Amino acid sequence: MGIDQALVRGLTESRFSRRSLMRGALAAGAGAGLAGALAACGVAGTRGTGAPASFDWKAWWAEQRKAGVLDWANWPLYIDTSHGEHPSIDLFTKRTGITVNYRPVIQDNASFFAQISPVLQSEQGIGYDLVVISDGWELTQLIKNRWLIPLDHARLPNFRAHAGRIALDLPFDPKNRYTVTWQAGITGIAYDPRRTGREIRSVKDLFDPAFKGKVGMMVDNTEIGSVGMLALGIDPAKSTPADWRRAADLLTRQRDDGIVRQYYDQSYIKALEDGDTWISQAWSGDVFVANYSGFPHLKFIVPEEGGMLWHDNCMIPLHASHPVDALEWINFYYRPPIQAMIEDWVNYICPVPAAQDLVRTKLDDPSVANSPLIFPTEAIMRRLRDYYDFKGVDDHEEWTSIFDPIIQS
Amino acid sequence: VSTHAAAGDRRVPGGTTLARLRRGAIPYLLGLPAGAWLAIFFVVPLGAVLSLSLMTGNTIDGFTLTWNFGVYPDVIDTYSTQFGRSFLYGGLSTAIALVAMYPVAYWIAFRGGRHKSTFLFLILLPFFVSFVIRILTWQFILADQGIVLGTLKDAGLLPESLHVLSTPTAVVAGLTYDALPFMALPIYVALERLDRAHVEAAADLYASPWQRFFKVILPLSAPGVYAGILLVFITNVGDYVSAAILGGPSTTMIGNIIQTQYVGNANYPVASALALILMATLLIAMFLYARAFGARSIQEYV
Repeated sequence: MGIDQALVRGLTESRFSRRSLMRGALAAGAGAGLAGALAACGVAGTRGTGAPASFDWKAWWAEQRKAGVLDWANWPLYIDTSHGEHPSIDLFTKRTGITVNYRPVIQDNASFFAQISPVLQSEQGIGYDLVVISDGWELTQLIKNRWLIPLDHARLPNFRAHAGRIALDLPFDPKNRYTVTWQAGITGIAYDPRRTGREIRSVKDLFDPAFKGKVGMMVDNTEIGSVGMLALGIDPAKSTPADWRRAADLLTRQRDDGIVRQYYDQSYIKALEDGDTWISQAWSGDVFVANYSGFPHLKFIVPEEGGMLWHDNCMIPLHASHPVDALEWINFYYRPPIQAMIEDWVNYICPVPAAQDLVRTKLDDPSVANSPLIFPTEAIMRRLRDYYDFKGVDDHEEWTSIFDPIIQS
Repeated sequence: VSTHAAAGDRRVPGGTTLARLRRGAIPYLLGLPAGAWLAIFFVVPLGAVLSLSLMTGNTIDGFTLTWNFGVYPDVIDTYSTQFGRSFLYGGLSTAIALVAMYPVAYWIAFRGGRHKSTFLFLILLPFFVSFVIRILTWQFILADQGIVLGTLKDAGLLPESLHVLSTPTAVVAGLTYDALPFMALPIYVALERLDRAHVEAAADLYASPWQRFFKVILPLSAPGVYAGILLVFITNVGDYVSAAILGGPSTTMIGNIIQTQYVGNANYPVASALALILMATLLIAMFLYARAFGARSIQEYV
C-alpha cells in the first residue's frame, strides 16, 4: 500500500497556527452570531395578543363563578386605612367571604404599564383581578389591545343605582364598557395667597411675568399640554395637532421667559408648601390634604377657563383568575355607606353623590362633606374639561414630540 | 506559536495529540469564565441595544430591524444641547471634586496619624444612606425658605427672590457631592503608598515645601488623580438623578432624556441610540485622556 508521504504531510501539516485558527473561528462565530441576532430579533408588538373582537363575553361571564379570593393592585394611600387595616375591605370580607389580597403597588401609570404589558403580551394573567389605572395613553392601549375584560353590568346593580354624573359616559370608555371610576380628581391651580398677594382665577396667571421663577408646572406632558390649550381658550378634548403646536409655543415662551420655576411630579405640593413656588398646577386631593396638615392657607381653584377632570378607574385585566370576585367588590364599593367610609379618608372626587349626606350625618365630618373638591358643585362641574383621547400610536407620538421638548430642554 | 508547538512536539517524547491539544487550550479555558461573563453581560446586551437602535416601529405593531441609521444624526441634532450639558456638568463636578478632595486625601494620608481609618470611614459614612435619599435631603436643605436660604433671607443677607434649587448650580453641586468619596479614596491610596523617602530626599536637596509638593508629591500621586477623575467623570456624565431632583426647566441631562424615552414614551430606538452615543463619546473622551496623560500611570496605580 504505497501512500504518497507528501500527500500525508500535506493533509496533516497545520497551515494555520492553532491559536490563529481558533481566533478566526471565534471571530467568525461571534460575527455570524451577532449579525444573525441583529437580523432575526425584532421586538414583537402587542397587536393580536388581546381577546378576539368577536369573543362572546356574555357566554363567558355566564360560566364564571365566585372564587372567594380577590387580588387587587391599587395606588398607595388610596383606600381607608386604620392601624394598618382597611375597614372597608374587612367589612367586604365579612359580608361576602371573599379574601382580598390588597397590594398598593402602582406608583405611576407608565411604569406599572411597563410591568404588566410584557405579561399580557405573552397572553398570561398578571396576577391581579382588579387594577386601578388613570385615563390616559396607558388605559387607551389596554382598551385598544383588548387586554381588558368587558364588565358584566348585570352584576353591578349598585353602580347603576348610585354612580354620579361624574362617573358616567366617559369619553375614553363610553358606557363604562371596561371601567368604572375608583376616584376622580381635578387638575387646577393651587396658590399661596400670602405670596401672590392677590386672588387667582385664571390659567393665564400661570403665565404672568409677575410670578417669574415662582410658577410650578407639571412634568406630565398631558397635563402641561392641556393647560397650554386652556390658556388659549381651546378645549383639549377637541384639539388638533395645530392647536398642540400653538400651545407648545406659548409654553415654550413661558419657560424661556424664566416664569417656570420647575416641572414637577408629585413633589409640586412640597414646593408649594416650602414656598419654592407661589402658584402651581395642582391636583385637587393634595391641596385638601395639605390644608389639614399644617398648610391651611394654600388655596385650590378651578380656573374660569376650565379645569381638567381625570378619572382613576377600576378594571379587570384579561386572563384574571377571579373576575366575579372583582365585580362583587366594585358592586360593594358603589354602596353609598362604603363610599362614605372610603371618601372620608381618600379625599378625591367621590363618584357617588349619595355619600355626601352620609359623610355629613353618619360620619359627622362636615369638612369633607362640604368640600366642593370632593363633592363638586354644579358650578364647578360645568367648568371641568376632559383630556384629549389619543386615537392611536402616531397620534400619541405626535403629542409627545410636541410637548416633551418643553419639559426636557 | 506553531514553531513553538512543533518544537515541543519533538522534544517531549510522550507528547500525544490530545496532550498537545489540552496544553494549547489551557489559556482559553482559563479565560473562559471572564470571556463568558463579558459575552453574556456586555457583548450580548450591547448587541441588543445596537440592533434596537436601528429598528423602527411602535409598541403596538412591534419594532422591526430596518437598519435605520438615520436615527443617529437625528438624535444628535435634537439632543446636542443635552449632550453638551451632560459633559459640561460632568467635567465641572469632576474638577470641583478634585480640588476639594485632594487636600482632604492629602491631610488624611500625611497628617491622619492613627485615626486614618476613622477619617476614611467618615468620608464613606454618608454612603450607608441611599443616593436618592441623600439628594432628596439636599432638596430639603436648599429649599427657598429652607433652613439655609430661609434663615439668610430672614436676616436680610440674601435677596428674597434668590433660589438655588432648579438651577445649574444645584445640579452640579449634587453631582459633586455624590462624587466626593470616589475622588478622595483613590487619591488617598496613591498618597498613602507614596514613598516618604522621596519627599525627605527632596527636602534634603533644599526643595521648598511648595517645590516638594509640585515636583514630588503631585506627580507621584498622579495615578490616584487619574483614577478618581475616571471614576467620577464617567458616572456623572450619565447621571440623571441629580438633574431630576435638584434641576430646573433647563438643566436636563442626557440621562433624563434616555429615561423618558425608554420608560415614558417606549421609544426604544431613540433611547438606545442615545445610550450608545453617550457610551461611544465617553470611550473616545477616555481614550484621548489616556493618550494625553498616559495609560501607564493607571496601570501603575492598579
